[in-house]
Amino acid sequence: MAERSFAKEVQKLRMGAGEEFSGEGILAITKALLENGVGYVGGYQGAPISHLMDVLSDAQEILGELGVHFEASASEATATAMLSASVHYPVRGAVTYKSVVGTNVASDALANLASGGVTGGAIIICGEDYGEGSSIMQERSHAFAMKSQVWLLDPRPNVPAIVKSVGDAFALSEASNTPVMMQVRIRCCHVHGSFIASDNKRPEFSVRDAMENPRRDTARIVLPPASFLHEKEKLETRKPAAIRFLKDNKINEFLGGATGKVGIVMQGGMYNGVIRALQRMGLANAWGDTDVPLYVMNCVYPVVEDEFLDFCEGKDAVLIVEEGHPDYLEQNFAHILYKAGRTLHLGGKDVLPMGGEYTGKVMLDGISAFLRDHAPDMLTAPLRAPNREEDAGDVPDLTGKIPGRPPGFCIGCPERPIFAATKLVEEEMGKHHISSDIGCHLFSSMPPFELGATTMGYGLGPASASAFHADGARRTISFVGDGGFWHNGLTSSVGNAVFNKSDGVIIIVDNFYSAATGGQDILSSRATNKTKQTQNSITSAVKGMGVKWVRQIDHTYDVGKMRATLKEALTTDVEGPKVIVASSECMLNKQRRVKPEMTKAIKGGERVVKPRFGVDEDVCTGDHACMRLSGCPSLSVKTLDDPLRDDPVASIDQNCVGCGNCGEVADAAVLCPSFYRADVVHNPNERDRRRDRFRKKVIGWLQTRRESGRLVFQEA
Amino acid sequence: MNMQVDIPADAEANRILKLACLAVGGQGGGVLTDWIVAVAEANGYVAQSTSVAGVAQRTGATIYYVEMTRHTDRLPVFSLSPSEGDVDILISAELMEAGRSVMRGFVTPDRTTLIASSHRIAAVSEKIEPGDGRANSEEVLTACSLAAKRLVAFDMETMAVQAGSVISASLLGALAGSGALPFAREGYEEVIRASGRGVEASLRAFTLAYERAMRRDESGDVIEMVAVDAPAALPAIRGPEAMLKKWQALEARVQAMPAPVAEIALRGLRKVVDFQDLAYGAEYLDRLDKALALEPAARDHALSFAAAKHLANAMCYDDIIRVADLKTRAHRFARVRKEVGVREENVLQLTEYFHPRAEEFCGTLPAFLGAAIEKRPKLFAWVDRRLNKGRRIRTDSARGFAMLWLVGGLRPVRRRLLRHRVERAHLEEWYALALATVASDYALAVEILNCRRLIKGYSDTHVRGQSKYARVIGALDMLRGRDDAADWLRRLREAALKDEKGVQLDGALKTVASFA
Repeated sequence: MAERSFAKEVQKLRMGAGEEFSGEGILAITKALLENGVGYVGGYQGAPISHLMDVLSDAQEILGELGVHFEASASEATATAMLSASVHYPVRGAVTYKSVVGTNVASDALANLASGGVTGGAIIICGEDYGEGSSIMQERSHAFAMKSQVWLLDPRPNVPAIVKSVGDAFALSEASNTPVMMQVRIRCCHVHGSFIASDNKRPEFSVRDAMENPRRDTARIVLPPASFLHEKEKLETRKPAAIRFLKDNKINEFLGGATGKVGIVMQGGMYNGVIRALQRMGLANAWGDTDVPLYVMNCVYPVVEDEFLDFCEGKDAVLIVEEGHPDYLEQNFAHILYKAGRTLHLGGKDVLPMGGEYTGKVMLDGISAFLRDHAPDMLTAPLRAPNREEDAGDVPDLTGKIPGRPPGFCIGCPERPIFAATKLVEEEMGKHHISSDIGCHLFSSMPPFELGATTMGYGLGPASASAFHADGARRTISFVGDGGFWHNGLTSSVGNAVFNKSDGVIIIVDNFYSAATGGQDILSSRATNKTKQTQNSITSAVKGMGVKWVRQIDHTYDVGKMRATLKEALTTDVEGPKVIVASSECMLNKQRRVKPEMTKAIKGGERVVKPRFGVDEDVCTGDHACMRLSGCPSLSVKTLDDPLRDDPVASIDQNCVGCGNCGEVADAAVLCPSFYRADVVHNPNERDRRRDRFRKKVIGWLQTRRESGRLVFQEA
Repeated sequence: MNMQVDIPADAEANRILKLACLAVGGQGGGVLTDWIVAVAEANGYVAQSTSVAGVAQRTGATIYYVEMTRHTDRLPVFSLSPSEGDVDILISAELMEAGRSVMRGFVTPDRTTLIASSHRIAAVSEKIEPGDGRANSEEVLTACSLAAKRLVAFDMETMAVQAGSVISASLLGALAGSGALPFAREGYEEVIRASGRGVEASLRAFTLAYERAMRRDESGDVIEMVAVDAPAALPAIRGPEAMLKKWQALEARVQAMPAPVAEIALRGLRKVVDFQDLAYGAEYLDRLDKALALEPAARDHALSFAAAKHLANAMCYDDIIRVADLKTRAHRFARVRKEVGVREENVLQLTEYFHPRAEEFCGTLPAFLGAAIEKRPKLFAWVDRRLNKGRRIRTDSARGFAMLWLVGGLRPVRRRLLRHRVERAHLEEWYALALATVASDYALAVEILNCRRLIKGYSDTHVRGQSKYARVIGALDMLRGRDDAADWLRRLREAALKDEKGVQLDGALKTVASFA
C-alpha cells in the first residue's frame, strides 16, 4: 500500500478524445503513455516520480484492459533492461525513475540499450531531483545522454507540453532507433493543470505478440564486431535522423519577437522561469507574450546546430539559460559559433550561477544583468540603473535565530529505537565507524542521534564499510534498509561481506515497505498484494547468502533487547558478518491502515485499547535527556506556569500513537520515572468495569487516608 | 526599443496572484493548497499549484505554491516556485516557518500579506538542549510585522484543536477573513463542504479563524501571541485544623518579607511543605532569613529572591519517595485523565516506568546502612544486580498503586535516610558559599545561587548535572576579585546548559583560564 492512493484519480485515465483532463503532472504523463499506445511500463519509485509509480500501480486494471504490461522493477537497472523488449520488436515501452541516482543505477543497461538501438519507441521518464528540496547529490542527467548518445527531452513545465512531449519522445525514438530520456523537474511532476485528452490506444504490437513471434538479430547484440558498427551507426545514421526529426517536427520552439538584437536560449524546463523574470521587468504579459526572441529547447540533446545559428542571425548577444553544471550547452554553442565564424556575445554562466537551481530571483538578476549590458533600451530606468539595494529597513536580521528543520523520523517511527539503542551502545563501548545507507534511516545522521559517517548509494551501506577489515579491531556497524537490501544490498553488501569474511555488524532496518519513497510494497512486505508476491523473509535470504550469525528482532521498540543484541554482535566470536534484522512496521503506513479501523471499531461498540504516552510534569526536571534519545515530533517541551521552574519540561501532545519508545528509552537509559503509558479502554466490557470500580474504591480510600494527614496544596 | 507586446487595458486580467504556504511536514499543507485552488477556480480564476512533496510527511519544512489569475481564453504562464520579493500572500502554519519566510525574502512590506499561526512546533535542535533552547518567538513576530504589508497572526493550531479539526481549516479561515483574496466567505465554505471529510469540524475551525482574522487593529493587522498562562493563582490549602494553624504562622513569616521575595517564597514554602512537612517549611524560612539578613539596603533583594527560589528546589530533591508520592495523588490521576482525554465511559489503565538501581536503594536506607553498603563495592554491585532492571508498575491496579503508596508513605522517616544526608550536605555547602561571597561581591553571590539550576534529572543525568555544577563553581577561584566575575559565572552556567556533555562549558572554561 503506497502512501498516497490514486484509486480515484486513475479513473480519469479512461477519458476519451475531447474531454478535459485535469490533474497532477505525473497523472497526465500516465494518460499520455496510454494515448500513445505504450505496450509495457516499468520503473522504480523515488521522488519526484514516486507518485508516477503509485499511479501506474493503482491503474493496473486499466492498463490490463488495454493489454499493457506494468511492472514495479527491482531497480532502475532492471527497469532499463526491461526496455530491451523494444530492441527487436516494434513495441513501445516506457520506464520511469528518479534521476540522477536512478540513472546511475541504470547506466550499465542504458549503455547497452543505446549501443544496439531500438526498433519500438523506448522512453525513460527521468524525475529530475535537482535544486531546492532535493535529497541527492546535485548532478545532471544531461551527461548520460551525451555519453550514451541517447536523446534528452526537457519540455516546458506545463501539463499540455509534457503530454505532447511523451508522444514526441516515442516518435523520435522510432525515427532514430534510439532510446529517449524525458526529464521532468520536481515541481513539474507535482504541478496541477489540464489538457484536452485523446482516446487511449491499444498497443499496435503488444508484448504478447512479441512472445508469440520471437525474433533475433545478432547485429543488435553488443559484441564485436557489431559494437563497433553501433558506434558508427550512432554517429552517422541515428543522430542525423534525430536532428531531422527535431527540425521537421519543430520540437524546439521559436517564441517571442521574431527580430531583435538580443535573444534568450533556454532549456524547455526553464521557460516559465524566464517568462516570469520578463513579466517582472515589464517585458512580458501574463500569457507569456514578449518582444524578446526566445529559443526554447524542448530537446536539449542533440543540439540542432542550424536552428541555433538561425536564431543568432542578426543578433548582437544571446543568453543561454542552462541550469546546473557543467555548462554542456553553453560549451556546445560556443563551439558552434566559433566554427561558424560568428562574433556575437554569448552570455550564460557569466550572469547566471554555475550551480544551483535557477530560482525566481536568480533568473531576474541574471536576465536583467544581461539585458542591462546588451539591450539597456528595453529596460525601464530603475532596472537600467538600479539603486543600491536598499537596507532591509527596520526588519531585524533573523539569521541564526530560526532553528533549522531538516526532515526526521515520524511520530512513533520504529527506526528511532534502533538508533537510540545504537547511541546507548556507543555511550557504553565507545564510538564505532558507522556506514549509513539511503532511506528514512539516514535521518539518524541528524540530531539527536548524529550517527553514521557516509552514505554511498542505495543498498551500499555495508559495502561502504568493506575496507575496514583488520583482525581484532573495533567492529564497524553498517545500516541498510529493507528497500536498499532488495534493490542491491543482498548481493553488493551482504554477499560481498560473506565472501570476503567481513567481521562487521550489519543492521537491516526492515519497516515492511519502501518507506522513504512513499510506502510501496517490496519483496519482504507483510501485506498481501494482489499482483505481487510479498512476505519473502529477509532473514532467510541472508542465511541463504551464507551469513552464520543472524538475529531477527520483531519489535524494534524493545530498546533493551535491541541494545543487548547489538552488543552481542559487536563482541561475539563468530566469524563473518553479524546481521541483525530489525523489523517493525513503518508507523506512517501503519497508522494509515489502523487508524480508520480503530475509529470504526470504537464507533461500532467494540472494545478497543488505545495507547498513549504522557509525562508527569511535576516529576520531570526539564533536563531533556529523553529528547536527546528520541526526537519524536510528538515529544516536545512546554513551559510550566511555575516561577520556581526555570527550564521547560517534557510534554507529549495528542498526536502520540503510543509506540512505546519513550517508556522503553527511559527504562533502557535509566532516565527518569516521569513517563507513563495511558491505555484508554473504549467500550469496556463488564469485567473491565467491575475491576475498575473495585480499583477506584481501593485507590480512592488510600488517597483519602493520606490526604487526611497532611496539607494538600492542589485543587481536589 | 519600445514594448510592443499587448498589455491589456484591463490590468487585473494581466495580474497574477502569488501565494506561498510554508508548513511543517504532516500539517496538511497539501489539503490547504487544494482548497485554495478550488476556491479560485470556482470564482472564475485559473490556478496552478506545485509542491515539493518528497519530505512533506517527514517533519521537515515544506513549501507549497499557488498562482492564480482571472480566467481568459488563453492559458497564462505561471511560475513553479515562489520568488523573493514577488509573493502576495504568504501562509505559514507555524511561527518559525513565518520567520523563515521573512528571512528568505518571501515577505516584503510593499505587497505581502502574511498569515501566520503564532504557535510553535519546537525543532529537534531546540528540544535537545539541557536548558531552554527555544528560539525567541517575540523577536520573530516583531520581524514578521515589520516585514509584511499586513500581518494576520494568532494561534490557529489551538483554535483548530478546539474545533476538533486540523490547522489547514483554520488557516483557510484566516486567509478568507484577511480579505487578501478577492473571494467571498461562502466560496471557501463551499469548498470545505465539497471535500466531504470532517466537514463540520473543519467549518467550525474555519469560522473561528475567519472571525478572529476580521477583528483587525487600526493598521489592518491581527497580532496575537500564543496565550502564555500567567502563573496560576495558588489554590486554597486543605488539611487538618491544627496543621492549617501552623501553616498560617509560617505564611505570616513570609508576608513580613519584602514584596518580590514574599511572592516567590510563598511558592517555595508550599513546595517544601508539600515535599516533607511543616517543620521542613520552617527550616526553609530559617535558611531564607539568613539571605534576607545579609541584604544590603541599596539592592533590590536579588539575593533573597534567588535564595527563595533555589532553596526550595534544592530542598525538594527527587528521591523515590517524592516520585511515589507524586504519582499516587488524586490530583495527578485527574490530570492524567484530562491530558489523555479519558471520557467517563472509558476505563484508564496506567503504567509507570521505573528503573531503580542500587544508588536509589541505598539512598532510601537509613544513612548509616546505606553508606555502609556504598562503601563496599562488592556488596553494592550485588545489590545492583538484584535491583537494576526496568519495572513497569500499573498504578491503576490496587497492588501496583498500594506499592507506590507505601513508598510514598516513607515521608516521615526521610530525614534519617542517606539521600537526605547527602543532599543536605551539598545544599549547606552551596548556600554557605553563596552567603560568604555576599560581602565581597553581591552579584557573584546571586549567580552562585542561580547555579543550582544545573542540578536536575535522575541517575546519570543527575550525576552529570552535579559534575557540571562542580566545574562551574570550580571556576570561582579564577573569577573572584574580577569586576565581571558574576557575568562570567552566568556565562559559564549558560554554556553548561547548552549541551549534554558540557562541550561548550569546556570551551568557556578554557576562555576563563586564558585570562585568569
